[in-house]
Amino acid sequence: MSDNLIEIRDLSFAYGPRQVLKDINLNARRGQVIAIMGNSGCGKTTLLRLIGGALRPTSGSLLVDGTEMGQLDQAGLYRLRRRMGMLFQFGALFTDMSVFDNVAFQLREHTDLPEAMIRDLVFMKLNAVGLRGAHDLMPSELSGGMARRVALARSIALDPMLILYDEPFAGLDPISLGVTGNLIRRMTDTLGMTSIVVTHDVQESLKMVDYVYFVSEGVIVAQGAPAEIKDSPLPYVHQFVHGEENGPVPFHYPAPDYALDLGLAA
Amino acid sequence: MIDTLLATLRRIGGRTVDRVWRMGVAARFFLLVLLHSGPSFRRFHLIVREIFTAGVLSLIIILVSGLFVGMVLGLQGYETLQTYGAEESLGVLVSLSLVRELGPVVAALLFASRAGSAITAEIGLMKATEQIAAMEMMAVDPIARVVAPRFWGAVISMPLLAALFSAMGVVGGYLVGVVLIGVDEGSFWSQMQAAVDFQEDILNGVIKSVVFGIAITIIALFEGYDAPPTAEGVSRATTRTVVTSSLAILGLDFVLTAFMFRGV
Amino acid sequence: MQRATLDLWVGLFVMAGIAAVLFLALKVGNLGGYDSSETYLVKAAFDNIGGLKPRAPVKSAGVVVGRVAEIGFDPKTYEATVTLSVSARYPFPKDSSASIMTSGLLGEQYIALEAGGDEKMLVDGDALKITQGAVVLENLIGQFLYNKSESETPAAGE
Repeated sequence: MSDNLIEIRDLSFAYGPRQVLKDINLNARRGQVIAIMGNSGCGKTTLLRLIGGALRPTSGSLLVDGTEMGQLDQAGLYRLRRRMGMLFQFGALFTDMSVFDNVAFQLREHTDLPEAMIRDLVFMKLNAVGLRGAHDLMPSELSGGMARRVALARSIALDPMLILYDEPFAGLDPISLGVTGNLIRRMTDTLGMTSIVVTHDVQESLKMVDYVYFVSEGVIVAQGAPAEIKDSPLPYVHQFVHGEENGPVPFHYPAPDYALDLGLAA
Repeated sequence: MIDTLLATLRRIGGRTVDRVWRMGVAARFFLLVLLHSGPSFRRFHLIVREIFTAGVLSLIIILVSGLFVGMVLGLQGYETLQTYGAEESLGVLVSLSLVRELGPVVAALLFASRAGSAITAEIGLMKATEQIAAMEMMAVDPIARVVAPRFWGAVISMPLLAALFSAMGVVGGYLVGVVLIGVDEGSFWSQMQAAVDFQEDILNGVIKSVVFGIAITIIALFEGYDAPPTAEGVSRATTRTVVTSSLAILGLDFVLTAFMFRGV
Repeated sequence: MQRATLDLWVGLFVMAGIAAVLFLALKVGNLGGYDSSETYLVKAAFDNIGGLKPRAPVKSAGVVVGRVAEIGFDPKTYEATVTLSVSARYPFPKDSSASIMTSGLLGEQYIALEAGGDEKMLVDGDALKITQGAVVLENLIGQFLYNKSESETPAAGE
């Protein structure tokens, strides 16, 4: 059995005539936190959805725990998804249920455990993210950071082998940023699972990931350990890591000559 | 000149084809909801919850509207019948109008604006905030868990609401006709009983309200599920639900009435 | 909202709805009054049924004893054949008569059954011998004008 939980070989995905991803090669070992970075629209969220099975690859191989994702039927996909968790950008908590019911959702839907046991499990999961005292609140009463922590507790309810994070650091205050980053690292280590984090937050992610893949316009342009990425000479990576205004990603949106627009040129 | 004409025709044709295509998608959606209804009945409390949201919360508007419609019927009916010296048939006028037409149709229109738009907004918002996607990622079928219970909850609520509307309307007509104006109480009820037939009038009214309920709910659910996941998309979908449902109700009412009350 | 309260409200709502349907059926409609129990069918031929419709009441002494089940046309005698469904609780003699009456001046038409004197009773499938068709307004007016002109002619004549 391979040490890689996820193995992606020459994966391509096209949405109609638009080529979104091309020849992606990616490995993720068990117990690793992998970051997929890139600017908006580069295809990283699409990659995440492919791994989660929401999309089917146009060509190439995508193995999750030895199973070829592209060949799964609906039942098989649902079976595999029970061992996966996904953290959506703003939590995606069910707004008509309390925090407790949200975390208990998967336990109630997929297991026959008695309510007493579910109660204990939910409290344990909430305790792991530090929100056991908030179990009675409704999602509308939570702050952004709290909502995302509850969503994290919800996604680990069935102790999955893999969690996918879609921009977990977006829009958080500095404290919540630190908390979230630590939680991701701690969960992965304690539960022995694999985490794939799609993000464009360089500071937080480089602090706690094991390996980084850089995506630009649907292709992997760079990869490596955080230290390598920070010192990478590649212009795109450099511009990204240091937040430079101009580089491979230009500042100006394509436009005709400035003088022409101002009516100055002949 | 010819170009603009052709362009307009092409646009109209395109829009019509889009609408027809969309109806096909909605029909397939309907089938999917029916096929995935099993879990809703096995876990009946899901449906009970939706009966509360769609039915119980619509009670106030249905009962109040029913009362007012009945009272207006009493007033207007009395004015008209007086010219023929047939005031004693007021009960017949009020009850037949309500049971055959006004009860099912007006209750359905009110239901579409209140419960239908709420359903569309709920589902649209769930989709926009990725709750539906989250459910799918947790290996729970959203059609079975979220859509089907709302369908059955609304379809069960609709005929009950229509009956309550008609009943309140009759009470309203009684209050105005007998209590306020002074039409003879005995003839009010006895003529009514003689003229309203259970099978032809009441049962047909119930059948109408069930058909309306199905139409409204499928339109509401589909518009919500199909809405673009933005604030603007959801609000437009809500408006579309009310407009399309209302047109569907009135259109179906004509078709059903033609079938049922074709006369002898 | 707690599950228990929710269930309570929904239960009340459903009961109220069913109560409304029952109210409509019994108090507003005619379900309670007329019991669709045992009936027997009797045929009657009329020269003109006027505005008689199926399910119109069959009354005797003003009380509803049955309903009009079917209305047909006999191509041999060119008369209307009406099938009456009479409640088995009310047996009628074989020589009873049926006439088509109007309730009020412009109201609904119904069949008035008048009992005869025969000792033998009607059974299912029998036919009534004595019938009186509907009074057609145009004929009535025509008759009235004819009578009027008749009474005036001798005076106008020599």
